[in-house]
Amino acid sequence: MTPFSALSLLKQGLGGQRGWKPQWRSPDPKGAYDAVIVGGGGHGLGTAYYLAKEHGLTNIAVLEKGWIGGGNTGRNTTIIRSNYLFAESAALYDHALKLWEGLSQELNYNTMFSARGVMMLAHTVHDAQVAQRHVHANRAAGVDNEWLTPAEAKAFCPPLNIGDIRYPVIGAALQRRGGTARHDAVAWGYARGADSLGVDILENCEVTGIRLGSDGAVEAVDTTRGRIRTPRVGVAAAGHSSVIMAMAGVALPLESYPLQALVSEPVKPVFPCVVMSNTIHAYISQSDKGELVIGAGTDAYTSYTQRGGLHIPSHALEAICELFPMFRRLKMLRNWGGIVDVSPDRSPIIGKTPVPGLYVNCGWGTGGFKATPGSAHVFAWTIAKDEPHPINAPFTLERFRDGDLIDEAAAAAVAH
Amino acid sequence: MLLIECPYCGERPEPEFVYGGQAHVARPAQPSGTSAEEWTQFLYLRANPRGLHAERWRHTHGCGRFFNALRDTATDRFLATYRVGERVPQLPGGPA
Ligand SMILES: Cc1cc2nc3c(=O)[nH]c(=O)nc-3n(C[C@H](O)[C@H](O)[C@H](O)COP(=O)(O)OP(=O)(O)OC[C@H]3O[C@@H](n4cnc5c(N)ncnc54)[C@H](O)[C@@H]3O)c2cc1C
Ligand SMILES: [Zn+2]
Repeated sequence: MTPFSALSLLKQGLGGQRGWKPQWRSPDPKGAYDAVIVGGGGHGLGTAYYLAKEHGLTNIAVLEKGWIGGGNTGRNTTIIRSNYLFAESAALYDHALKLWEGLSQELNYNTMFSARGVMMLAHTVHDAQVAQRHVHANRAAGVDNEWLTPAEAKAFCPPLNIGDIRYPVIGAALQRRGGTARHDAVAWGYARGADSLGVDILENCEVTGIRLGSDGAVEAVDTTRGRIRTPRVGVAAAGHSSVIMAMAGVALPLESYPLQALVSEPVKPVFPCVVMSNTIHAYISQSDKGELVIGAGTDAYTSYTQRGGLHIPSHALEAICELFPMFRRLKMLRNWGGIVDVSPDRSPIIGKTPVPGLYVNCGWGTGGFKATPGSAHVFAWTIAKDEPHPINAPFTLERFRDGDLIDEAAAAAVAH
Repeated sequence: MLLIECPYCGERPEPEFVYGGQAHVARPAQPSGTSAEEWTQFLYLRANPRGLHAERWRHTHGCGRFFNALRDTATDRFLATYRVGERVPQLPGGPA
């Protein structure tokens, strides 16, 4: 793999950009691997990268039923922040945020992480109290988050209408280290990095069964490209986690819902940050291509269709037009859905399962993109050492039985 | 947007309804004799299949009544709706 550098870009430019090679191989599956990861999204590809890089496990494969990054990784609105309420969550999401800050250098691939600030609006007294509680909890946990007056919020984001609306803005919580990143680049950067360390990335390879030995431990997976023997399987399949884990007889406390987003026609840079509103339910940022990226809510019912009803994004647009009147005449270009795996306490499940050799990383629901590097990093540790990293130790499957919930419903109330 | 057939009022658009999750989930009859595993099952574990799903809906902005439905979560097509107290319609591939 030739590393990207100013010199390599210049050379390719002089050669008319015709000399680029594929950035990862497309190998045929081997009959056996030391470990396989199911799901070629950011979490799965990142896990493979850290397994190879930090734990020396290079005879491994990532199995993806479609194309890498074609799931929620390629469908999300890329908001990154770590201002969750509880100490367990702050540790997990801030671990990720610190990795984001150096990820482009780590991967030698521009993930376009941009710490432009994430501002969460308060419109009611209740909102303001919840937001301030978050600000204080975050600061006690060493995570930046600050409370802004309406005027300060408007100064930070000039297009914002704070007064003349049904639900006036009465304050905002701002995490300056938050921002966005390029979703595809995260999948591709991890894929390229993992591949160069020897990991096989197998696309169009759907897992259809998990085989257990007579001792009850994982022995192999059946796929549309044949059976693959392996003693360790890590599942990072987002909305399809329940379906895959059921193949090994493991029930998960998850429900899979459609979550929708949409983008506008591209315009010149007009929007400096990320703005979210839980109460009137909308969030928005501008991509480097110029499109306004707008997030809607989940549909009401469970589904695997990757689409939902038009009344859901319409509702989000009504809120956007109230908050940012200057976007009222903007045309929307595309609308899509992804299937998100929602857990009862809106926190992820990362760890071992009752089946030896089977590990799961799921329950990220509407907000797991922000956690991609941290989630992958601790999941790789868990698979390599057969025990959780201290950061993901609280995020067990057993916490529901034991009553140790990590209830982030308030922090995750808007789908992001 | 889904078109949903309320067994009392007929076909109506989705915004008239509220989704109520998996149907036929019974609260343990003897709370004090129920194990932590059984409580976990009742409180947190839902079917979440890719395929036929028996689920509750409430026609909130209509007759206000709860009813059940069989829907294919891979296509969002409704195969049947039925009243509370009625048995699950037996369809191939459906829940028992
Ligand atoms: C519209 C939308 C907006 C969102 N916005 C945000 C946001 O702003 N910020 C944020 O932090 N999060 C956001 N999220 C959530 C975020 O996208 C996810 O939590 C995160 O991307 C999950 O990553 P992943 O790698 O686990 O999943 P995915 O990228 O979905 O990867 C899972 C992969 O598993 C594959 N797979 C499934 N079944 C099988 C099988 N049987 N065999 C092989 N492969 C299989 C799928 O094809 C898929 O590629 C949003 C999600 C959506 C849908
Ligand atoms: Zn009715």
